[in-house]
Amino acid sequence: MIILNRVSAGYPEKKVLENLSLTLPDTGAVALMAPSGYGKTTLLRVLAGLKAPETGEIKGLENKKISFLFQEDRLLPWLTAEKNVELVSNAEQAKYWLNQMEIPNGTQLPREMSGGMQRRAALARAMAFGGDVLLLDEPFKGLDEALRERIAGRIKNVFPLTVLSVHDLQEAELMGAAVLRLDVLGER
Amino acid sequence: MKQMKEILRRALIGAFWIGIWWAIALAVGLPKLLPGPGETALAFARLCGTDTFWRSVGFTLLRVAMGYLLAVAVGVLLAVGCHWVKGVDALLSPLRTVIRATPVSSFILLVWLWLKRAHVPVFISFLMVLPIIWTATQEALGAVDGDLKEMARMYRFSRWKKLRYLYAPSVRPAFMAACMTGLGFAWKSGIAAEVIALTPDSVGKHLSDAKNYLEYPDLFAWTLTVILLSMALEAGLKALARRRKEAGK
Repeated sequence: MIILNRVSAGYPEKKVLENLSLTLPDTGAVALMAPSGYGKTTLLRVLAGLKAPETGEIKGLENKKISFLFQEDRLLPWLTAEKNVELVSNAEQAKYWLNQMEIPNGTQLPREMSGGMQRRAALARAMAFGGDVLLLDEPFKGLDEALRERIAGRIKNVFPLTVLSVHDLQEAELMGAAVLRLDVLGER
Repeated sequence: MKQMKEILRRALIGAFWIGIWWAIALAVGLPKLLPGPGETALAFARLCGTDTFWRSVGFTLLRVAMGYLLAVAVGVLLAVGCHWVKGVDALLSPLRTVIRATPVSSFILLVWLWLKRAHVPVFISFLMVLPIIWTATQEALGAVDGDLKEMARMYRFSRWKKLRYLYAPSVRPAFMAACMTGLGFAWKSGIAAEVIALTPDSVGKHLSDAKNYLEYPDLFAWTLTVILLSMALEAGLKALARRRKEAGK
């Protein structure tokens, strides 16, 4: 289990998470829901180890390999989609996950791809990286409904634990995730 | 067709300025002091037929290239050191400020006392190019996208991967622009050093001799040599950068 005990984190001008305590299971999927500004991204960044909590502690993430789909795609602009994915895995995995994300032609540079394709390429990279925990920050941004359904079906249950931030219940349902409402947790 | 038009346009511009030069030379009427394009072309052709010309051009190119390449290598090392170790930056940045602020002639006269004549242009080219490469590379390293750096950390890029796929492509445009600017500086400062230090077997020494003996057609011909070589070097570097860019695609 992953245990967050009275975790506070944020930015100099604004503390986003304040004394947040919660427990995440070792397996399954958890969807973080809250209006903007309630710290979904900050919590994912804390879980990823990219942001150290100012106070409180996190247990259960030691020695776990974490893959993170950032809120932005963060693809290397000078490399093709295929090469971007290959960099975190290998050629075989890259091809497989790009196909799963419905990008059969991975030879395009990010600037030659649509916003939705870039999102899927970034998702392919996160999937190909592998690990114990998959963190997804708005994974379906820019994807139409039919594509969301297909993609969700292919990425759920691949990692032991998936934690994602979503805007609506439907996205959580697509991933078969338990919903955690951040706006009713912690102290603000 | 478009390329032909461009060539024609450039040729016309060139012809216009040569015409102005010719008109001024004709108006002054002293071909020994202000040679026109014809006298200069004849002097240039005569120089091209001598061994001295090619030996001087070769040695000048070698000296400038040595100073330039050394500056590129040391500039990159200093930029990397200053970027990653703040103490190194604090320690060395005054040195960079001094190099940038000191006139090239002061440096030439100073090192002329300490170095062999043949080494002065190498050192001066090195000194003039160093801060250009150093500053541009260090600034470009500082401007590498923080989001991409975080991504590389998250996906556990090795040092080599970070260097090859993140830092090198991010820094390359500013680095190449600095190399291009630096080449002009290396060339001009290296020849200035040869003129002042009277470096044997050098274009600079011949420029100085032509001035001292009032051989102005030769002076113009050597100057033309400097301009042509500078243009050729710049075109060569541009072609190299273009090839690198195409190979990276």
